Amino acid sequence: MKHDTTKNAETGDVAAPCCRQRRDAVKAVMVATVMMGSGMRTVSAQPDAADAPPQPGDRLVSMDSEGAPVALRVSDIPLTSKPVRAQPFVPAEKMVRDGSRLSRVILMRFDPASLDAETRARSADGVLAYSAVCTHQGCEVSEWDASGGAMFCFCHFSKFDPLKSGEVTAGPAGRRLPWLPLKSDNGELVVAGEFSSTPGVRKS
Amino acid sequence: MTTMIKRTVLAAALLAPLVAGALPAYTPVTDARLVKPEAQNWLMYRANYAGWGYSPLKQVTDKNVAKLELAWAFSTGMNEGHQAPPIVNNGYMFVSTPNNQVICLEAKSGREIWRYKKTIPDELQQLHPTNRGVALYGDRVYIATTDAFLVALDAKTGKEVWKTAVADWKSGYYMTLAPLAARGKIMVGSSGGEYGIRGFIAAFDAETGKEAWKTYTIAGPGEPGGDTWPGDTYKRGGGSVWITGNYDPDTNLAYWGVGNAGPWMPDTRAGDNLYANSVLALDVDTGKLKGYHQYHHNDAWDWDEVSAPLLIDLEHKGKKFKSLVHAGRNGYLWMLERTNGPVNYVDAWPFVTQNVFKSLDPKTGRPEYDPAHTPGTGKTVNFCPSLWGGKDWPPEAYNPQTGLLYIPAHNNLCSELTGEPVKYNKGDLYLGVSIENVLTNVRMTPESKTHIGEVQAWDLKTGKKVWTHTYPEMNWGPLLTTGGNLVFGGGTNDRKFRAFNASNGKVLWEFPTNSGVTGVPSTFEVDGEQYVAVQAGWGVDAERMQGAFNAVLDQKTTVPQGGVIWVFKLPK
Repeated sequence: MKHDTTKNAETGDVAAPCCRQRRDAVKAVMVATVMMGSGMRTVSAQPDAADAPPQPGDRLVSMDSEGAPVALRVSDIPLTSKPVRAQPFVPAEKMVRDGSRLSRVILMRFDPASLDAETRARSADGVLAYSAVCTHQGCEVSEWDASGGAMFCFCHFSKFDPLKSGEVTAGPAGRRLPWLPLKSDNGELVVAGEFSSTPGVRKS
Repeated sequence: MTTMIKRTVLAAALLAPLVAGALPAYTPVTDARLVKPEAQNWLMYRANYAGWGYSPLKQVTDKNVAKLELAWAFSTGMNEGHQAPPIVNNGYMFVSTPNNQVICLEAKSGREIWRYKKTIPDELQQLHPTNRGVALYGDRVYIATTDAFLVALDAKTGKEVWKTAVADWKSGYYMTLAPLAARGKIMVGSSGGEYGIRGFIAAFDAETGKEAWKTYTIAGPGEPGGDTWPGDTYKRGGGSVWITGNYDPDTNLAYWGVGNAGPWMPDTRAGDNLYANSVLALDVDTGKLKGYHQYHHNDAWDWDEVSAPLLIDLEHKGKKFKSLVHAGRNGYLWMLERTNGPVNYVDAWPFVTQNVFKSLDPKTGRPEYDPAHTPGTGKTVNFCPSLWGGKDWPPEAYNPQTGLLYIPAHNNLCSELTGEPVKYNKGDLYLGVSIENVLTNVRMTPESKTHIGEVQAWDLKTGKKVWTHTYPEMNWGPLLTTGGNLVFGGGTNDRKFRAFNASNGKVLWEFPTNSGVTGVPSTFEVDGEQYVAVQAGWGVDAERMQGAFNAVLDQKTTVPQGGVIWVFKLPK
């Protein structure tokens, strides 16, 4: 399925309108698939919901915990430590958006006082969310280099600075890691917008 | 049609034959040609079905190689690990690159004739974004892709003829190997052991792309060997097939190397875990398993035995036999006997420092392990060679003129691993060792300070090492050997591609390329001139090892990236 329908700025203090067109494209593909009768999971009302990228208002759930999904809280994210892998969650429908790897995020928490104003504004009390998919060859950005202060990908060692909007600080990646704005609702992590740019590998 | 369009069409029609006229008509690749390839061509991954990486061409020799100069170079436009050999058929060259591209060029000049780009899914993780070459058969070119497709292209136009999904990439299946073509079939195997796949080798009809047979490398319940896997562990038992099999046309058996069992910790799958870490003899017509030898059972070290053994008719310590020779990732050089079915153990000995095998059974070759150097869940151990082994994927080469086997090796290098419990999630890594541990696994020894990378030459008759060339750090360089008493290889982090005297190991020529050379070198002849070709383009495992070295060494090395095909010849 084609995701990259809109070019958008690498940075910018508002979430670029990258995803609406893409959602529509995704939806069109989904509808077509359903009509062809292949084994699609049925999700109430919105056939594309589980495959959709994170939406404003979504909660986040850990990918590495067992049992029923529980919305993550600011206090669940350890301070300046290995990122927590998470997926968007729609509480009303008890649905995890797990249909696409490109929806996955990594969460890290910093002392809000250590963040610049712009970064702090899109954090939930110091918790920052980035795409979990490396912009180099699509592997998982899952590791934390404590000495270098960088999130990094085990596949080819691309490193990204969480305090500088996911800027590439080392390795073969050519493009920063997209960020996802968050806010806190009484301590619960809430998605506050769309990815800053298209997650994943840009093919050309 | 407007006049202008008419004119353009007319001009194109007139031009087309002129451009095509620069090259002879494409020569179809028959079984007969693959069984006895012409000296001027490099028709498959290792040039012959026996897997030698040998060309009888001898215009370039140990006497004149010092004068070797650039004929042409060509940027692939891709980054990452370029590992495929330039494959040549009567003046046409076919090169595959990372991201599943195939470029067809005029072998003499480097002029691009066509380029094929496989569309790959946005969500695909490419842990090994590389490709190890195409297969030629009939009028077609075959490529196996990282999203687990086998694609047939028209050799003249690069257009897709058919495309078959070999496995589900979302479950971690992918392919990097050059397909094996024989008797109307195109054979491939799947990688993905690190994602919890169940490995297999499969054959497809060369004409239609229809699957002819599929043989799992991991035995299931009710199959011979199925009782070597507890419960349903076989379903995620690994056994990747990373590298093209070799083929004996006399017996119609293809020999394939099988990767390690997964996940990594041996206590998660108590038993021998057949047929992980083995060589398999498969009937090409039916896929039926006719024989095997397991190099080591219940793997704990990530020692994929990825390379297929070389088929050599030889005399070793007074015994004449049809052999299978394999420089193991487990650090032992194996000599086996091939028959019309069963594979028999003959001899084996370590070719690098190895502290895991206490002994081998003299009849079966089955190793006895030292538990102090065998990892397990909740246990931290040190072992040598490292998890990259004595020899990883880069192929060894055999020269019938010198009778020597050449091995690109890593010596004096160890690993430390701590096993931990692991849960299976479809499409995610399934190792049982933390990624942080994998990244920092390297343990240097006092000997590492002398050197790590080696090119070794072994006399197979006597089992004695004849020469060794050493490098301070890694050697990820596949080897080529020729009738001109030469061995070619790159593999080092100084970007160099070298020629050695095949008899004594003396470096006779070297050339600094744009990047590190981890491509398989090839040689060919067009219009009476011999060319030596290789792709430069550092990446994947070589780059990962560099990262691990940088984590423990004082000096940090960054090797520049970018793919370039380099082609050399003698001055006129």
